[in-house]
Amino acid sequence: MRRGWLALCVALCSAAPALAQKTAADGIAEYRKLLADGNPAELFEAKGEDLWKQKRGPKNATLQACDLGKGPGVVKGAFVELPRFFADTGKVQDLESRLLTCMSTLQGLDAAAIAKTPFGRGEQSNMEALAAWVASESRGARMNLPQGHAEERRMYEMGKRAFYFRGGPMDFSCASCHGTEGQRIRLQDLPNLTKNPGDGIGFAAWPAYRVSSGELWSMQRRLNDCFRQQRFPYPGYASDVTVALGVYMGVNAKGAESIAPAIKR
Amino acid sequence: MSKNKFKSLALIVVGTAAVVGCASLPSSAELDAQAQAMLKASFREEGIATMQRLDQDLGQKACSGAEAPSEAVSKQIEAESLASVKWPTGGQYLGDWKEGEKLAQNGRGMTWTDKSADPKGNGASCYNCHQIGPAEVSFGTIGPSLYNYGKLRGVKDVADPASAPIVQYTWGKLWNSKAYSACSNMPRFGHMKLLDEEQIRHLMALLLDPRSPVNQ
Repeated sequence: MRRGWLALCVALCSAAPALAQKTAADGIAEYRKLLADGNPAELFEAKGEDLWKQKRGPKNATLQACDLGKGPGVVKGAFVELPRFFADTGKVQDLESRLLTCMSTLQGLDAAAIAKTPFGRGEQSNMEALAAWVASESRGARMNLPQGHAEERRMYEMGKRAFYFRGGPMDFSCASCHGTEGQRIRLQDLPNLTKNPGDGIGFAAWPAYRVSSGELWSMQRRLNDCFRQQRFPYPGYASDVTVALGVYMGVNAKGAESIAPAIKR
Repeated sequence: MSKNKFKSLALIVVGTAAVVGCASLPSSAELDAQAQAMLKASFREEGIATMQRLDQDLGQKACSGAEAPSEAVSKQIEAESLASVKWPTGGQYLGDWKEGEKLAQNGRGMTWTDKSADPKGNGASCYNCHQIGPAEVSFGTIGPSLYNYGKLRGVKDVADPASAPIVQYTWGKLWNSKAYSACSNMPRFGHMKLLDEEQIRHLMALLLDPRSPVNQ
Protein backbone atom coordinates (compact mmCIF):
# COMPACT_ATOMS: atom_id res chain seq x y z
CA MET A 1 0.00 0.00 0.00
CA ARG A 2 2.92 2.33 0.68
CA ARG A 3 3.91 1.92 -2.97
CA GLY A 4 0.37 2.84 -3.97
CA TRP A 5 0.58 5.92 -1.82
CA LEU A 6 3.83 6.91 -3.38
CA ALA A 7 2.44 6.56 -6.86
CA LEU A 8 -0.46 8.71 -5.78
CA CYS A 9 1.89 11.28 -4.32
CA VAL A 10 3.98 11.39 -7.44
CA ALA A 11 0.82 11.97 -9.39
CA LEU A 12 -0.58 14.61 -7.08
CA CYS A 13 2.43 16.40 -5.69
CA SER A 14 5.12 18.60 -7.02
CA ALA A 15 8.65 17.33 -6.41
CA ALA A 16 9.85 20.17 -4.17
CA PRO A 17 10.11 18.57 -0.69
CA ALA A 18 8.89 21.63 1.22
CA LEU A 19 5.83 21.81 -0.99
CA ALA A 20 5.40 18.03 -1.19
CA GLN A 21 5.03 17.86 2.58
CA LYS A 22 1.76 19.77 2.39
CA THR A 23 0.45 18.50 -0.92
CA ALA A 24 1.27 14.88 -0.08
CA ALA A 25 -1.04 15.15 2.92
CA ASP A 26 -3.65 16.81 0.72
CA GLY A 27 -3.33 13.97 -1.73
CA ILE A 28 -3.91 11.43 0.99
CA ALA A 29 -6.93 13.35 2.29
CA GLU A 30 -8.33 13.25 -1.24
CA TYR A 31 -7.61 9.52 -1.47
CA ARG A 32 -9.40 8.91 1.83
CA LYS A 33 -12.37 10.97 0.70
CA LEU A 34 -12.69 8.88 -2.45
CA LEU A 35 -12.52 5.70 -0.37
CA ALA A 36 -15.08 6.90 2.15
CA ASP A 37 -17.64 7.13 -0.64
CA GLY A 38 -18.43 3.49 -0.01
CA ASN A 39 -17.12 2.07 3.24
CA PRO A 40 -16.96 -1.75 3.13
CA ALA A 41 -17.31 -1.68 6.93
CA GLU A 42 -21.05 -1.71 6.19
CA LEU A 43 -20.77 -5.36 5.19
CA PHE A 44 -19.27 -6.18 8.58
CA GLU A 45 -21.92 -4.12 10.36
CA ALA A 46 -24.69 -6.07 8.62
CA LYS A 47 -23.05 -9.37 9.55
CA GLY A 48 -22.72 -8.18 13.15
CA GLU A 49 -26.37 -7.22 13.39
CA ASP A 50 -27.36 -10.69 12.15
CA LEU A 51 -25.03 -12.34 14.63
CA TRP A 52 -26.49 -10.31 17.51
CA LYS A 53 -29.97 -11.66 16.74
CA GLN A 54 -28.93 -15.17 15.84
CA LYS A 55 -29.33 -18.10 18.25
CA ARG A 56 -25.85 -19.53 18.66
CA GLY A 57 -23.58 -21.49 20.95
CA PRO A 58 -24.22 -24.42 23.32
CA LYS A 59 -27.08 -22.46 24.91
CA ASN A 60 -28.64 -21.69 21.52
CA ALA A 61 -29.30 -18.09 22.55
CA THR A 62 -29.07 -14.66 20.94
CA LEU A 63 -27.07 -11.74 22.33
CA GLN A 64 -30.18 -9.59 22.61
CA ALA A 65 -30.13 -9.72 26.42
CA CYS A 66 -26.50 -8.58 26.51
CA ASP A 67 -25.93 -5.54 28.74
CA LEU A 68 -23.36 -3.25 27.15
CA GLY A 69 -23.71 -0.75 29.97
CA LYS A 70 -27.03 0.91 29.22
CA GLY A 71 -29.21 -2.04 30.18
CA PRO A 72 -29.92 -5.46 28.61
CA GLY A 73 -30.35 -5.22 24.85
CA VAL A 74 -29.59 -1.49 24.59
CA VAL A 75 -27.03 -1.05 21.81
CA LYS A 76 -27.63 2.54 20.70
CA GLY A 77 -25.21 4.88 22.42
CA ALA A 78 -23.41 2.07 24.29
CA PHE A 79 -20.18 2.25 22.29
CA VAL A 80 -19.31 5.86 23.20
CA GLU A 81 -19.52 5.00 26.92
CA LEU A 82 -17.09 2.06 26.78
CA PRO A 83 -14.89 0.94 28.49
CA ARG A 84 -16.88 1.22 31.74
CA PHE A 85 -17.36 -0.64 35.02
CA PHE A 86 -19.73 -3.64 35.10
CA ALA A 87 -21.05 -4.75 38.45
CA ASP A 88 -21.72 -8.36 37.38
CA THR A 89 -18.09 -9.03 36.46
CA GLY A 90 -16.65 -6.49 38.92
CA LYS A 91 -14.41 -5.22 36.15
CA VAL A 92 -13.97 -2.32 33.78
CA GLN A 93 -14.56 -3.77 30.31
CA ASP A 94 -14.15 -2.51 26.78
CA LEU A 95 -16.53 -3.42 23.98
CA GLU A 96 -14.78 -6.64 23.07
CA SER A 97 -14.16 -7.94 26.58
CA ARG A 98 -17.82 -7.20 27.34
CA LEU A 99 -18.97 -9.04 24.20
CA LEU A 100 -16.79 -11.97 25.33
CA THR A 101 -18.67 -11.98 28.65
CA CYS A 102 -22.03 -12.00 26.87
CA MET A 103 -21.00 -14.70 24.40
CA SER A 104 -19.88 -16.81 27.34
CA THR A 105 -22.75 -16.24 29.79
CA LEU A 106 -25.65 -16.01 27.33
CA GLN A 107 -24.53 -18.34 24.55
CA GLY A 108 -22.20 -20.67 26.44
CA LEU A 109 -19.28 -20.00 24.09
CA ASP A 110 -15.74 -20.48 25.44
CA ALA A 111 -14.39 -16.98 26.14
CA ALA A 112 -10.83 -18.19 26.76
CA ALA A 113 -10.79 -20.08 23.46
CA ILE A 114 -12.08 -17.03 21.58
CA ALA A 115 -9.43 -14.83 23.23
CA LYS A 116 -6.76 -17.27 21.97
CA THR A 117 -8.11 -17.37 18.40
CA PRO A 118 -6.00 -15.37 15.92
CA PHE A 119 -7.57 -12.16 14.60
CA GLY A 120 -9.78 -12.61 11.56
CA ARG A 121 -10.42 -16.33 12.12
CA GLY A 122 -13.34 -18.31 13.55
CA GLU A 123 -15.15 -16.58 16.40
CA GLN A 124 -12.72 -13.66 16.13
CA SER A 125 -14.18 -12.82 12.73
CA ASN A 126 -17.62 -12.89 14.34
CA MET A 127 -16.30 -10.69 17.12
CA GLU A 128 -15.05 -8.04 14.70
CA ALA A 129 -18.44 -8.00 12.94
CA LEU A 130 -20.23 -7.61 16.27
CA ALA A 131 -17.85 -4.82 17.30
CA ALA A 132 -18.42 -3.09 13.96
CA TRP A 133 -22.18 -3.22 14.36
CA VAL A 134 -22.27 -2.07 17.99
CA ALA A 135 -19.92 0.81 17.13
CA SER A 136 -22.03 1.80 14.13
CA GLU A 137 -25.07 2.15 16.41
CA SER A 138 -23.29 5.10 18.05
CA ARG A 139 -22.12 6.77 14.85
CA GLY A 140 -22.41 10.52 15.25
CA ALA A 141 -22.59 10.32 19.06
CA ARG A 142 -19.88 11.89 21.20
CA MET A 143 -17.39 10.02 23.36
CA ASN A 144 -18.65 10.12 26.93
CA LEU A 145 -16.95 7.48 29.07
CA PRO A 146 -18.15 7.37 32.68
CA GLN A 147 -15.60 8.06 35.42
CA GLY A 148 -17.99 7.84 38.36
CA HIS A 149 -16.81 4.48 39.69
CA ALA A 150 -13.49 4.32 41.54
CA GLU A 151 -12.41 1.38 39.40
CA GLU A 152 -12.99 3.47 36.25
CA ARG A 153 -10.75 6.18 37.66
CA ARG A 154 -8.14 3.62 38.70
CA MET A 155 -8.13 2.10 35.22
CA TYR A 156 -7.60 5.58 33.76
CA GLU A 157 -4.49 5.87 35.92
CA MET A 158 -3.37 2.39 34.82
CA GLY A 159 -3.90 3.37 31.19
CA LYS A 160 -1.95 6.57 31.60
CA ARG A 161 0.99 4.67 33.06
CA ALA A 162 0.84 2.08 30.28
CA PHE A 163 0.70 4.87 27.70
CA TYR A 164 3.95 6.42 28.91
CA PHE A 165 5.71 3.11 29.67
CA ARG A 166 8.96 2.95 27.71
CA GLY A 167 10.47 -0.40 26.98
CA GLY A 168 11.61 -2.89 24.40
CA PRO A 169 14.71 -2.77 22.20
CA MET A 170 13.65 0.56 20.65
CA ASP A 171 12.66 2.39 23.87
CA PHE A 172 9.21 3.12 22.49
CA SER A 173 6.09 3.99 24.47
CA CYS A 174 2.66 4.88 23.07
CA ALA A 175 3.68 8.48 23.74
CA SER A 176 6.68 8.20 21.39
CA CYS A 177 4.25 8.48 18.48
CA HIS A 178 1.01 9.71 20.06
CA GLY A 179 2.12 12.20 22.70
CA THR A 180 2.57 15.31 20.54
CA GLU A 181 0.60 17.34 18.04
CA GLY A 182 1.03 17.38 14.28
CA GLN A 183 3.56 14.60 13.74
CA ARG A 184 3.73 11.88 11.11
CA ILE A 185 5.24 8.45 10.63
CA ARG A 186 6.17 8.39 6.97
CA LEU A 187 3.05 10.08 5.53
CA GLN A 188 0.72 8.83 8.24
CA ASP A 189 -0.65 11.55 10.54
CA LEU A 190 -0.33 10.65 14.21
CA PRO A 191 -3.11 11.76 16.56
CA ASN A 192 -2.13 13.14 19.96
CA LEU A 193 -3.96 10.71 22.24
CA THR A 194 -3.11 12.46 25.49
CA LYS A 195 -6.03 14.81 24.80
CA ASN A 196 -9.11 14.99 22.58
CA PRO A 197 -7.56 14.67 19.11
CA GLY A 198 -10.76 15.82 17.39
CA ASP A 199 -13.92 14.33 15.91
CA GLY A 200 -13.52 10.92 14.31
CA ILE A 201 -9.81 10.71 15.09
CA GLY A 202 -7.98 8.09 17.16
CA PHE A 203 -10.20 6.31 19.67
CA ALA A 204 -13.33 7.72 17.98
CA ALA A 205 -12.46 5.99 14.66
CA TRP A 206 -11.87 2.33 15.60
CA PRO A 207 -13.11 -0.29 14.70
CA ALA A 208 -12.18 0.60 11.13
CA TYR A 209 -12.03 -0.99 7.71
CA ARG A 210 -8.45 -1.15 6.48
CA VAL A 211 -8.18 -0.81 2.74
CA SER A 212 -4.57 -2.03 2.70
CA SER A 213 -5.50 -5.44 4.07
CA GLY A 214 -9.22 -5.56 3.24
CA GLU A 215 -9.94 -6.32 6.88
CA LEU A 216 -12.10 -4.89 9.62
CA TRP A 217 -9.85 -4.09 12.55
CA SER A 218 -11.29 -3.81 16.04
CA MET A 219 -9.70 -1.61 18.70
CA GLN A 220 -8.11 -4.72 20.24
CA ARG A 221 -6.49 -5.56 16.92
CA ARG A 222 -5.33 -1.96 16.44
CA LEU A 223 -3.68 -1.96 19.85
CA ASN A 224 -2.14 -5.36 19.17
CA ASP A 225 -0.45 -3.99 16.05
CA CYS A 226 0.73 -0.88 17.92
CA PHE A 227 2.46 -3.13 20.45
CA ARG A 228 3.96 -5.23 17.65
CA GLN A 229 5.49 -2.13 16.12
CA GLN A 230 6.53 -0.95 19.56
CA ARG A 231 8.55 -4.22 19.64
CA PHE A 232 6.84 -5.23 22.89
CA PRO A 233 5.88 -8.79 23.84
CA TYR A 234 2.39 -9.97 22.87
CA PRO A 235 -0.61 -8.34 24.61
CA GLY A 236 -3.33 -10.78 25.62
CA TYR A 237 -6.68 -10.27 23.89
CA ALA A 238 -8.92 -8.17 26.13
CA SER A 239 -6.11 -8.07 28.73
CA ASP A 240 -6.10 -5.36 31.40
CA VAL A 241 -3.46 -3.27 29.65
CA THR A 242 -5.60 -3.04 26.50
CA VAL A 243 -8.72 -2.12 28.48
CA ALA A 244 -6.80 0.44 30.57
CA LEU A 245 -5.45 2.09 27.42
CA GLY A 246 -9.01 2.20 26.10
CA VAL A 247 -10.13 4.03 29.24
CA TYR A 248 -7.22 6.48 28.98
CA MET A 249 -7.77 7.26 25.30
CA GLY A 250 -11.56 7.25 25.56
CA VAL A 251 -11.74 9.58 28.56
CA ASN A 252 -9.20 11.92 26.93
CA ALA A 253 -11.36 11.96 23.79
CA LYS A 254 -14.45 13.11 25.70
CA GLY A 255 -16.70 15.08 23.35
CA ALA A 256 -15.16 13.72 20.15
CA GLU A 257 -17.70 12.51 17.61
CA SER A 258 -17.47 8.78 16.91
CA ILE A 259 -17.31 7.85 13.22
CA ALA A 260 -16.54 4.17 13.91
CA PRO A 261 -16.30 2.00 11.97
CA ALA A 262 -14.17 4.41 9.97
CA ILE A 263 -12.23 3.67 6.80
CA LYS A 264 -8.44 3.68 6.90
CA ARG A 265 -5.77 3.19 4.32
CA MET B 1 -31.35 19.49 67.28
CA SER B 2 -31.40 16.89 70.05
CA LYS B 3 -28.15 15.36 71.19
CA ASN B 4 -29.12 11.92 69.81
CA LYS B 5 -30.15 13.32 66.46
CA PHE B 6 -26.87 15.18 66.25
CA LYS B 7 -24.99 11.99 67.10
CA SER B 8 -26.67 9.97 64.33
CA LEU B 9 -26.12 12.78 61.86
CA ALA B 10 -22.46 12.85 62.82
CA LEU B 11 -22.30 9.08 62.29
CA ILE B 12 -23.80 9.45 58.82
CA VAL B 13 -21.25 12.13 57.97
CA VAL B 14 -18.42 9.91 59.22
CA GLY B 15 -19.86 6.94 57.40
CA THR B 16 -20.15 8.86 54.15
CA ALA B 17 -16.60 10.08 54.50
CA ALA B 18 -15.47 6.48 54.97
CA VAL B 19 -17.25 5.36 51.79
CA VAL B 20 -15.78 8.24 49.81
CA GLY B 21 -12.42 7.40 51.34
CA CYS B 22 -12.70 3.81 50.13
CA ALA B 23 -13.60 5.06 46.68
CA SER B 24 -10.59 7.36 46.43
CA LEU B 25 -7.58 6.21 44.47
CA PRO B 26 -4.52 4.53 45.96
CA SER B 27 -1.33 6.56 46.25
CA SER B 28 0.68 7.30 43.13
CA ALA B 29 3.40 4.85 44.20
CA GLU B 30 0.79 2.13 44.76
CA LEU B 31 -0.69 2.84 41.31
CA ASP B 32 2.81 2.56 39.81
CA ALA B 33 3.20 -0.87 41.40
CA GLN B 34 -0.24 -1.94 40.18
CA ALA B 35 0.62 -0.80 36.64
CA GLN B 36 3.81 -2.89 36.69
CA ALA B 37 1.85 -5.93 37.81
CA MET B 38 -0.77 -5.26 35.14
CA LEU B 39 1.86 -5.19 32.39
CA LYS B 40 3.44 -8.43 33.60
CA ALA B 41 0.04 -10.13 33.62
CA SER B 42 -1.19 -8.70 30.31
CA PHE B 43 1.74 -9.56 28.02
CA ARG B 44 3.25 -12.88 27.10
CA GLU B 45 6.37 -13.95 25.23
CA GLU B 46 5.95 -14.41 21.47
CA GLY B 47 8.84 -15.50 19.25
CA ILE B 48 11.84 -13.19 19.71
CA ALA B 49 9.72 -10.72 21.72
CA THR B 50 10.51 -11.94 25.23
CA MET B 51 9.06 -10.66 28.51
CA GLN B 52 12.51 -9.22 29.34
CA ARG B 53 11.61 -6.42 26.95
CA LEU B 54 9.44 -5.01 29.72
CA ASP B 55 12.36 -4.82 32.18
CA GLN B 56 13.30 -1.16 32.13
CA ASP B 57 16.78 0.26 32.48
CA LEU B 58 17.41 3.59 34.24
CA GLY B 59 16.66 5.73 31.19
CA GLN B 60 13.54 3.86 30.14
CA LYS B 61 12.15 4.08 33.65
CA ALA B 62 13.01 7.75 34.12
CA CYS B 63 11.46 8.67 30.76
CA SER B 64 8.17 6.83 31.37
CA GLY B 65 6.11 9.76 32.56
CA ALA B 66 4.35 12.79 31.15
CA GLU B 67 7.03 14.89 32.86
CA ALA B 68 10.75 14.77 32.02
CA PRO B 69 13.10 13.46 34.73
CA SER B 70 15.10 15.84 36.94
CA GLU B 71 18.19 17.59 35.62
CA ALA B 72 20.41 15.36 37.75
CA VAL B 73 18.86 12.12 36.51
CA SER B 74 18.99 13.35 32.91
CA LYS B 75 22.69 14.16 33.28
CA GLN B 76 23.34 10.73 34.76
CA ILE B 77 21.55 8.98 31.88
CA GLU B 78 23.47 11.03 29.34
CA ALA B 79 26.84 10.40 31.00
CA GLU B 80 26.27 6.65 31.29
CA SER B 81 25.02 6.51 27.70
CA LEU B 82 28.02 8.38 26.36
CA ALA B 83 30.36 6.11 28.30
CA SER B 84 28.68 3.09 26.71
CA VAL B 85 29.31 4.18 23.12
CA LYS B 86 31.56 1.80 21.22
CA TRP B 87 33.64 3.85 18.80
CA PRO B 88 34.33 2.37 15.34
CA THR B 89 37.07 -0.18 14.94
CA GLY B 90 40.23 1.38 13.51
CA GLY B 91 38.61 4.84 13.50
CA GLN B 92 36.70 3.90 10.33
CA TYR B 93 33.54 6.01 10.56
CA LEU B 94 32.13 5.95 7.05
CA GLY B 95 30.76 3.18 4.83
CA ASP B 96 28.67 3.26 1.66
CA TRP B 97 25.87 5.84 1.48
CA LYS B 98 23.92 3.65 -0.98
CA GLU B 99 23.72 0.89 1.63
CA GLY B 100 22.83 3.59 4.15
CA GLU B 101 19.88 4.72 2.03
CA LYS B 102 18.60 1.13 1.84
CA LEU B 103 18.81 0.79 5.61
CA ALA B 104 17.13 4.16 6.12
CA GLN B 105 14.19 3.02 3.96
CA ASN B 106 13.88 -0.35 5.71
CA GLY B 107 11.64 -0.41 8.78
CA ARG B 108 11.85 -4.14 9.46
CA GLY B 109 13.04 -6.02 12.48
CA MET B 110 12.66 -6.92 16.14
CA THR B 111 8.89 -7.55 16.14
CA TRP B 112 7.33 -10.79 17.33
CA THR B 113 6.75 -11.72 13.67
CA ASP B 114 10.46 -11.44 12.82
CA LYS B 115 12.32 -14.74 12.94
CA SER B 116 15.66 -13.49 14.21
CA ALA B 117 17.00 -10.58 16.26
CA ASP B 118 20.27 -10.61 14.29
CA PRO B 119 20.99 -6.98 13.24
CA LYS B 120 21.73 -8.19 9.68
CA GLY B 121 17.99 -8.65 9.18
CA ASN B 122 17.07 -5.24 10.62
CA GLY B 123 16.42 -1.93 8.96
CA ALA B 124 17.15 1.46 10.53
CA SER B 125 13.63 2.89 10.01
CA CYS B 126 15.09 6.40 9.54
CA TYR B 127 12.44 7.66 7.10
CA ASN B 128 9.72 6.75 9.58
CA CYS B 129 10.71 9.85 11.54
CA HIS B 130 13.13 11.94 9.45
CA GLN B 131 13.33 13.70 6.13
CA ILE B 132 16.67 12.60 4.66
CA GLY B 133 17.27 12.17 0.92
CA PRO B 134 15.51 14.62 -1.42
CA ALA B 135 13.97 11.84 -3.56
CA GLU B 136 11.87 10.37 -0.74
CA VAL B 137 8.68 12.33 -0.05
CA SER B 138 7.22 9.70 2.28
CA PHE B 139 9.06 10.69 5.44
CA GLY B 140 7.98 11.20 9.02
CA THR B 141 8.33 14.30 11.16
CA ILE B 142 8.90 12.92 14.68
CA GLY B 143 12.60 13.71 14.33
CA PRO B 144 14.23 16.76 12.71
CA SER B 145 14.94 16.93 8.99
CA LEU B 146 18.35 15.48 8.13
CA TYR B 147 18.37 16.80 4.57
CA ASN B 148 21.74 18.45 3.92
CA TYR B 149 22.92 17.10 7.29
CA GLY B 150 26.66 17.16 6.51
CA LYS B 151 26.56 20.15 4.21
CA LEU B 152 24.81 22.36 6.77
CA ARG B 153 27.45 21.40 9.31
CA GLY B 154 30.28 22.31 6.96
CA VAL B 155 31.56 18.77 6.40
CA LYS B 156 33.44 18.90 3.09
CA ASP B 157 35.96 16.18 3.90
CA VAL B 158 35.24 13.70 6.67
CA ALA B 159 38.97 13.05 7.14
CA ASP B 160 39.58 16.73 7.87
CA PRO B 161 40.26 17.13 11.63
CA ALA B 162 37.87 20.09 11.61
CA SER B 163 35.05 17.62 10.84
CA ALA B 164 35.96 15.30 13.72
CA PRO B 165 33.55 16.72 16.35
CA ILE B 166 30.48 16.40 14.12
CA VAL B 167 31.59 12.99 12.81
CA GLN B 168 32.03 11.70 16.37
CA TYR B 169 28.78 13.24 17.57
CA THR B 170 26.88 11.58 14.70
CA TRP B 171 28.39 8.18 15.51
CA GLY B 172 27.55 8.62 19.19
CA LYS B 173 23.99 9.69 18.34
CA LEU B 174 23.45 6.62 16.16
CA TRP B 175 25.07 4.29 18.68
CA ASN B 176 23.28 5.64 21.75
CA SER B 177 20.98 8.62 21.17
CA LYS B 178 20.49 9.07 24.91
CA ALA B 179 24.10 10.24 25.24
CA TYR B 180 23.00 13.69 24.14
CA SER B 181 19.34 13.76 25.19
CA ALA B 182 18.23 11.53 28.05
CA CYS B 183 14.70 10.94 26.81
CA SER B 184 15.30 11.12 23.06
CA ASN B 185 12.62 9.35 21.03
CA MET B 186 15.34 7.82 18.86
CA PRO B 187 16.27 4.17 19.36
CA ARG B 188 19.80 3.31 20.57
CA PHE B 189 20.87 1.47 17.43
CA GLY B 190 24.32 0.30 18.48
CA HIS B 191 23.73 -0.02 22.20
CA MET B 192 20.60 -2.16 21.84
CA LYS B 193 22.16 -4.25 19.03
CA LEU B 194 19.56 -3.10 16.49
CA LEU B 195 22.35 -2.43 13.98
CA ASP B 196 25.96 -3.55 13.82
CA GLU B 197 29.05 -1.39 13.30
CA GLU B 198 29.09 -1.89 9.54
CA GLN B 199 25.45 -0.84 9.19
CA ILE B 200 26.05 2.27 11.29
CA ARG B 201 29.01 3.15 9.04
CA HIS B 202 26.63 3.05 6.07
CA LEU B 203 24.19 5.42 7.82
CA MET B 204 27.11 7.71 8.69
CA ALA B 205 27.97 7.87 4.97
CA LEU B 206 24.37 8.64 4.04
CA LEU B 207 24.44 11.62 6.41
CA LEU B 208 28.01 12.86 6.05
CA ASP B 209 29.54 11.75 2.74
CA PRO B 210 29.66 14.83 0.47
CA ARG B 211 28.73 12.49 -2.42
CA SER B 212 25.53 11.34 -0.69
CA PRO B 213 22.34 12.82 -2.20
CA VAL B 214 21.60 14.11 1.30
CA ASN B 215 24.41 16.66 0.87
CA GLN B 216 23.83 17.67 -2.73
